[in-house]
Amino acid sequence: MSAIPEVARTLPPPLGEGRGGGPRADEAPGRRPPSRPSPRGGRATWWVMVALLAICVLAPLLNLAVPAGHPLHLSDYAVALIGKIMCYAIAALAMDLIWGYTGILSLGHGVFFALGGYAMGMYLMRQIGRDGNYQSELPDFMVFLDWKALPWHWSLSDSFAATLVFIVAVPGLLAFVFGWFAFRSRIKGVYFSIITQALTYAAMLLFFRNETGFGGNNGFTDFKRILGIPIAQPATRMALFVLTGLTLVGFFLLARWIVASKFGRVLQAIRDAESRVMFTGYDPLRYKLAVWTLSAVMCGIAGALYVPQVGIINPGEMSPAASIEIAIWTAVGGRASLVGPILGAFFVNGAKSWFTQVMPEFWLYFLGALFIAVTLFLPNGIVGLLRRRAKPEEPA
Amino acid sequence: MTPDLMDAGTRRREAYALRHRAGPGESGGRQASWGRVVEPGAVDTAHGPILYLDEITVSFDGFKALDELSLWIGAGELRCIIGPNGAGKTTLMDVITGKTRPDAGKAFFGSTIDLLRLSENDIASIGIGRKFQKPTVFEHLSVFQNLELALQGDRGVRAALFFSLSGEQLDRIGETLALIHLEEHAQRTAGLLSHGQKQWLEIGMLLMQDPKLLLLDEPVAGMTDEETERTAELFRSLQGRHSLVVVEHDMSFIHALTHDDPARKVTVLHEGRVLAEGSLAEVQANAKVVEVYLGR
Repeated sequence: MSAIPEVARTLPPPLGEGRGGGPRADEAPGRRPPSRPSPRGGRATWWVMVALLAICVLAPLLNLAVPAGHPLHLSDYAVALIGKIMCYAIAALAMDLIWGYTGILSLGHGVFFALGGYAMGMYLMRQIGRDGNYQSELPDFMVFLDWKALPWHWSLSDSFAATLVFIVAVPGLLAFVFGWFAFRSRIKGVYFSIITQALTYAAMLLFFRNETGFGGNNGFTDFKRILGIPIAQPATRMALFVLTGLTLVGFFLLARWIVASKFGRVLQAIRDAESRVMFTGYDPLRYKLAVWTLSAVMCGIAGALYVPQVGIINPGEMSPAASIEIAIWTAVGGRASLVGPILGAFFVNGAKSWFTQVMPEFWLYFLGALFIAVTLFLPNGIVGLLRRRAKPEEPA
Repeated sequence: MTPDLMDAGTRRREAYALRHRAGPGESGGRQASWGRVVEPGAVDTAHGPILYLDEITVSFDGFKALDELSLWIGAGELRCIIGPNGAGKTTLMDVITGKTRPDAGKAFFGSTIDLLRLSENDIASIGIGRKFQKPTVFEHLSVFQNLELALQGDRGVRAALFFSLSGEQLDRIGETLALIHLEEHAQRTAGLLSHGQKQWLEIGMLLMQDPKLLLLDEPVAGMTDEETERTAELFRSLQGRHSLVVVEHDMSFIHALTHDDPARKVTVLHEGRVLAEGSLAEVQANAKVVEVYLGR
């Protein structure tokens, strides 16, 4: 109160005493001046939730209960594909938080995805037990390299609980340390993108090497069991599928809550005018670091869900191209809208699997053309297009 | 160990014991007035100045943007700073707000807070608000949300996650909206405002923080004459409650700010130094000022 100068009282009537000028005066008499608008795309949010939950219920039914040959039967291939894409959608959602909302383009999110995947992969390798080709306690690739004992960093890999911790902690810790140095040095924009690209590339080279103990070139594959249960069994596959779907829904709700909070608005403020955020008294470092680490952890969890469903993890997941693809899904779907990255992941990966079946040689051309088209004509992605359809009068 | 050294030691020890025996209100056994306690984070303006700059030097690759510049601003003062391009006005603001670290010199906020030790966001938190030359608002947030972010309060991540507006804060935003004439636009995206409205919004965001010292870099650039007049009126009304430093090119605006109180000081900067200081009339009559700035 004290800060409001006299002019405030001499000029238009102050709020709070039944003034009619307030934009939402109709909805609550008297008080409640400008109430906050609901986060964008309220209805779209519900559609996505319903669609994802429907997938979680229908896919197992159509795959397991409907006999093969029936027109409604969903093939194992389709189930595996949708499961994989849902993992990608989690990664795209994570990318949207850091890129779409905070304006920090990471071209190295693949490394977090792969680290989560590797943590899960190590556990799955230990679950093979003596059923590998060489009937050894050690994973096959170690026998092949003539190693006699597990390296130190494999010591906790037989514990599922420890694996769950690693899935979160390893990508989270790497992101925290990397982010702390990068954001503290105020590295921004394209420089930050290039450094993240270098990060994932360096990690890929490291994981390619046999002596680092991650299976080198071939990575991990030939998994047999998870928690002692055969991994290829239909029920296990379905459980993983539903778990992925629910995780996606959970992260979607978490992201929605974050974006709707004041924290989310500070993130957008950092994207729009970081210096103003600083001179308003906020420390951008903490905010960036928090969302960056969260984003990396989400990617790590996505990777951990991906590996048992796809059955393989290798350093290819850390290739720069893999990270760039995550950014493309997000851009195609629509940045800064939570529905966008999920749509984008489904659309681009659906197109990819169709192309690679029908005309594999054209996929990369199509991807390139898609990216250019989206950049030129759909800066807000598919969601922007849908929104423009819905409300043609509103400027983009 | 010589006897006189031992004597000196004994005397020091006794003096020390005496000092530490004394309770509040006494000093070394003598009656003394109650001392003012330095509270960390609180601005102490008992000696007058709210901002004290002493021989600040900033050089960029040998070019001295500020050259041993000394300046003080009194608590509650409205000070205008003018100067030709490259005089160091914006660099001065950068030094005060922590964006640029000077090569030499001292900068104090009140008597006790050393600005050169604080980061930008800390400086903002202790009560120095800054308006940029180019209006800088959060373009994709609504006017209301822009003001909400500027509300005083905990700036931590956790507090932001669990933040919800109280009725009091809502009223405060409403008052500021009225003050900056943007009530009708509360739900509009800030990026869609006119240039002058953005300037007002930024000023509104500064006022939300309730800063003790406001630094305003060309606050009326791009405003219509009517808006400029209203801005001058607003700033004059802030004097006393806030200390204001207005950097401006527009002499008519300076005139509008100072005409009702001839005691208001204007500082002229030139080549990183204070060239002249005094009322607008005095400054305009100053031969050196006429030569470098007004005469052209």
